[in-house]
Parts: sequence; structure tokens; C-alpha cells
Amino acid sequence: MTSTLQPRKDGSSNLATGDRPVSQRFRFDLNTLPTIAALVIFIGMIAYGEIAYGRILQANTISNLLINNAYLIVLAVGLTFVILTGGIDLSVGAIIAFSSVSGVMLANAGWDPYLVMVLMVLMGTAFGAVSGVLVQYFNVQPFIATLAMMFLGRGLASMLSTVPERLSDESPIRALATPIKIIDGEKVNDLVVTPGVMLAALVVLGGFFVLHRTRLGRTVYAIGGSEQSASLMGLPVPRTKLAIYIISGTLAGVAGVIYTARLGSAQNITGIGWELDAIAATVIGGTLLTGGAGFVLGSVVGALVLGLMNVLITRDGGIRPETTTIITGGILLVFVILQRFVIRQQR
Amino acid sequence: MTGTKPVQARLLELVRNQYFWGIVAIALLLAINVAADPTYLSIRYNDANGALVGNLIDILRATAPILMIAVGMCLVIATGGIDLSVGSVMVVAGAVSMEYLQNVGAPDSVGAALTAVAFAVGISALLGLVNAVLVAIVGLQPFISTLVIMLAGRGLAKVITEGQNTTASNDGFRWIANGYVLGLPVVFIIAVVIVLLVAWIVRRTALGLMIESIGMDAKASRLAGINRRGLLFTVYIGSGILAGVAGIFATASVMTVDVSRTGYQLELDAILAVVIGGTSLAGGRFAIGGAVIGAFLIATLDKTVVFLGVSSSATPAFKAIVIVVLCLLQSERVRNLFRQRRAAKASAPKEVVSA
Repeated sequence: MTSTLQPRKDGSSNLATGDRPVSQRFRFDLNTLPTIAALVIFIGMIAYGEIAYGRILQANTISNLLINNAYLIVLAVGLTFVILTGGIDLSVGAIIAFSSVSGVMLANAGWDPYLVMVLMVLMGTAFGAVSGVLVQYFNVQPFIATLAMMFLGRGLASMLSTVPERLSDESPIRALATPIKIIDGEKVNDLVVTPGVMLAALVVLGGFFVLHRTRLGRTVYAIGGSEQSASLMGLPVPRTKLAIYIISGTLAGVAGVIYTARLGSAQNITGIGWELDAIAATVIGGTLLTGGAGFVLGSVVGALVLGLMNVLITRDGGIRPETTTIITGGILLVFVILQRFVIRQQR
Repeated sequence: MTGTKPVQARLLELVRNQYFWGIVAIALLLAINVAADPTYLSIRYNDANGALVGNLIDILRATAPILMIAVGMCLVIATGGIDLSVGSVMVVAGAVSMEYLQNVGAPDSVGAALTAVAFAVGISALLGLVNAVLVAIVGLQPFISTLVIMLAGRGLAKVITEGQNTTASNDGFRWIANGYVLGLPVVFIIAVVIVLLVAWIVRRTALGLMIESIGMDAKASRLAGINRRGLLFTVYIGSGILAGVAGIFATASVMTVDVSRTGYQLELDAILAVVIGGTSLAGGRFAIGGAVIGAFLIATLDKTVVFLGVSSSATPAFKAIVIVVLCLLQSERVRNLFRQRRAAKASAPKEVVSA
């Protein structure tokens, strides 16, 4: 990691206060162990896949990995904010279901597709805002508030439709999924991205910037460390807690747009269990479930680990797809137990 | 105002009673049904199979599985936890029993039915044990460990049945959900007996008090020498077993396990029943009687929606909104608001009653 060199160059500018925590977090210590473990696992999985099945480490597999998991990366970024404060958002999967079903229905009803995409994101914002208000101003536990939003989102989506709603083929929403060749390899072996992937990359960069370079980000870490201390230090705790649920909901809306564009259809059962995937991605990436420590980039690695796991399961063919949730849950538990161990070591 | 109006005071007490509004809601729903069909409440006696027949009996039958998971959930919530896995435990229990009955040599024997029940209860106890270990020993937040079981459990059920909706036939097993004793559905009688047993155990012994104590203040209860781990094991395994029984009820009535629908979103019903019953989601206090009324209310609501021909797709969203509203009512901010209003109206007692 090149950033280990950073502390030496700082010292004078007022940016240094922003630099130091970042570099400290990147230092090889028990705090970063889970993230490094995730990276090692990711590389190990690539190596295993390459040896066992072949054709993993090549442009089109990597492209597909990114395209198919762009939505998960976006969700994981959102959940990183929430989990860093020690909260949780269980509603993301249901938000995607509601925003994509209603979005597709509105688009098919002749609404302006660009307006529809904005609305889909704003629906996520609205759900997030309700969760945030419940958590912050009415002292509802985060998992209860977001669980209620999960049931509500899924219920509203089922009210709208219980059959797959197809987006018309020429809808501009699909443009988010048009492949753009970056490197034209031989045969189908091209490095391809879609606007959806670029959007996800933008979200990751934005998330990184906000968490590590802004006051909001610092407050998020401070709340996770100790909400009481953060509040005594005069940090804007209520506003920040409201903001993170809004961010998470909004990003769930963005993920809904990306997913709908790629699939071209939406259904009320879309996104069942994605909250678990997103939580697992975040936790695998090294964010403590109890809050206070973690990185956005780690969550991206976590999301890619889960995506790669799906690729390997498909390639293997011998593992039933139904076991995916069991494996994801198992991995999540292993990582949480690893975290407990790390925290105990630190004490 | 004291002494002069005992009726008023009694009325006030009644209105403040935590069960009152639940019962009013049930009565309202029944009244709506009667308005739609005046013969709604009528119950006939069917001589052929010695059964009472009627809409009310249907409601009793539908209440049974909700009762089971609501009571389990009630105890878990009292410890300050939550069990999101009840719906998935139901489908796993159903899958195990159906698979066993389909493959057993003598499918129609009573022994096979009992073994199927034992397997179903066993696997649910095992899933409850996993939850308990994760919560009590690993120290995981309850919603995370039970969320994992909720999602992985449905995967497990699909693995058990190989993705099929397994069907089986066994008269003994079928009788559990469709039989009658003294004119009442067996399934309801079993549920009531289990609820009474659980209520008797937790309220006649110190168990209930100890469960509430760890939900109220984990640290203080530890200092008082209460075995937190043992209690958490009891409630999570208990909740698992009760969910397994609910799974048996749900699958026995149609003798099919639908891997994607059996028990789907029933954790919503369980949580709703518990909060309707006046149990705080923050833990530390529980009311089994309230959860029972909550379960009756939900079953009545479900049956009413079907009876009136309203699209049942709206019910989950409606239930979610009710949960949000009840959470708001439980919160400190709203309570203070009410308290202020009450204090303001204290000088005008007549209004208090009408309010």
C-alpha cells in the first residue's frame, strides 16, 4: 500500500488532519486485517478459478463481473455509511423492488424516461428519509425502522404488480446498460463497461471522498466510535444520522436504476436477500458491524468477492444455486466472528 | 372526579388497558364482515365429521400458526432481541416433514406422522440453537444472526426438497391441521394448549421475570447473577421450536410445502402481533396475552380481506404501516406529546373520557 508513506510528508497543511486518519487506517494492523483478508480471498478465488475452471482472469469475465455486480457495489457503498455509524439498513432490497417496479410502470405509461430515473432514485431517498427520521427523532432501533421499511417497500411493490414488468426495448433507461468497448480483444474477449458500471465507479469515488475528506465523513466515523463522545464534541450527530439513512436509501434507488437498466424488467420479488449480500459485502470488506472502522474500497472488494463466488458456482455447475444464500450467510458469519476476535485482541 | 364517577373511572381503566384496542379492532373487523354478510358469524354443526363449520372456525384455524410464532417472538423480543428467522424455520420444518413422509416406507402409519413431527421440531430446534449460539456465545447482534438464518433457511429448504414443492399424504399428519376434537379444529386446540403451557411456565416460575431482566438491563441482571446465556438459549431454541410447530400447521393443512411461499414474510405477522399486544420492541417487558390478541387480530384481518374480496396484495404494506405507527406510539417523543396534552386537559375531566 503506497499510502503508508503518507504520514511522513504531512505536518504543516491543515489538510494533514484529513490525511492522517486515512493513512492510519491503511496501516497494516489488526484494524485492516479483515480488509486484507478480503483482498487475499479475492485473489485466491481468482487463482483457484483460473486453475480449476480457466477463463477467469480475462477481460470479458472481469467485465461481466463488474457489469453484473454494479448494483451490489452501489448498495455496499450505501451500507458502509450506515454500518460505520453502528446502524443497519435492511430495507435496501425492498427499496430496489419498489423503485424498479414503479419506475418501469411509469416509463411504460409514457412518462419521460429521464424523469422516471430521477424519480426512482428519489423514491429511495424518501424511504431512507423515513427510516432516518424514525431512527433519529423517534428512537426506533435502526433494524426495526428499516425492517418496517423493508416490509413496506415490498408490500407496496406487490400492490403495484406481482408479475414481471418489462421495459420496452427502445426505452432510454436501457441505455445505462449499453456496452462500451474499451479494449477490443480477440473474439468476445473485450474489456467492456456500461454507463451503469461507470455510475457505480462514480458512487464509489464519491463515497470515498465523502467518508475520508469531508466533515460528514469524519462525523460518521466518530458516531461509530462513540455516539455520545461525538455528540459531546459538538459534532452534528442528529443531522449526520439522518443523512446516512438518506444516503443509503438514495444509493439503493441508484442501484435500482442500474439493475433495472441491465435486466430490462422489474418484479416485486426483485432484491429478496440483497440486504444480506450488501451487508456481507461491507463486512467482508472490513467494516466493523459495530461501527467505527472500515472503508468504502473494502466494501467494493467484498462485493466483488461475492460476485466472483457466484461466477465460480455457475462455472462449477455441481453446486446448486439455492446454496448461494447459505454460502453468503456462512461467509458473513465467519467474517463477523473474525471481527470479534480482532476486537478482543485489541483489548 | 374521584368517587363520584366510578363508572367513568372504570371506563378509563378499560380504555387504557393494553388489550382493549386489540379486541375493539377484532370486533370492528367482525362487524364489517357481518355488514357485508349478515350470516357471517353463524356456526353450523356438521354431523358427518363432528365438526363445527363457519367463518369463525376458519379464523381460529388461521390463528394457530400465527399464535405459535407470535408467542416465540414475544419472548425473544422481551430479551431485547428479535427473531427474523421464524418464517424460514417454518418452511424448513415443513420441507423436512414432507420429504420424510414422501420417502418413508409406511406413509400412512401414525408412527410415520409422529416421526415427521419429531424431525420437523428437531430441525427447528437446531436452527434455534444456531441462532442462540450466534447471539449468546459469539455475541452477534440478534437481527444479523437471525437474518442470516432467515435467508439461508429458505435456501436450505430448497436444498432439502431439491427446489420442488414436495407433496405427501399421511392421514395422521393431515389430521393435525384438518381434524376436529369436540367440534373444534385440532390445530387450534394444540396451539392453545402450547400457549397456555408457555404462559404458565414463564409466569408461574421466575423464568419470565429473568427474561425481562436481561432485556431491561443486561449488565444489572448479570450482576444479579442471572444466567444470560442459558436464558438466551431457552428463548431462541423455544422460538425455533414454536416456529417449527407453526410450519407443521402450515404444511399439514395442504400436505404440501411451497418452498418459496410457506412462511414467507410471516416474521412480519409475528412482529406485528407482538407490538399490537403492547410489548415494547426495545425489550424488557412482554405480554403473552397481548401477543395472543395480536395473533387473533391478524388472522381476522387476513380472513376479512379474503372474505371481502379486497386484493390481498395490499395487506403487507398496510401491516408495515401499522408497525411504524405502533413504533411511533411507543417512542418517548410521542408519549411526551400525549402526556402534555393529558396534563393540559386534567382540569377538564369530562374530555379525558371522551378522548
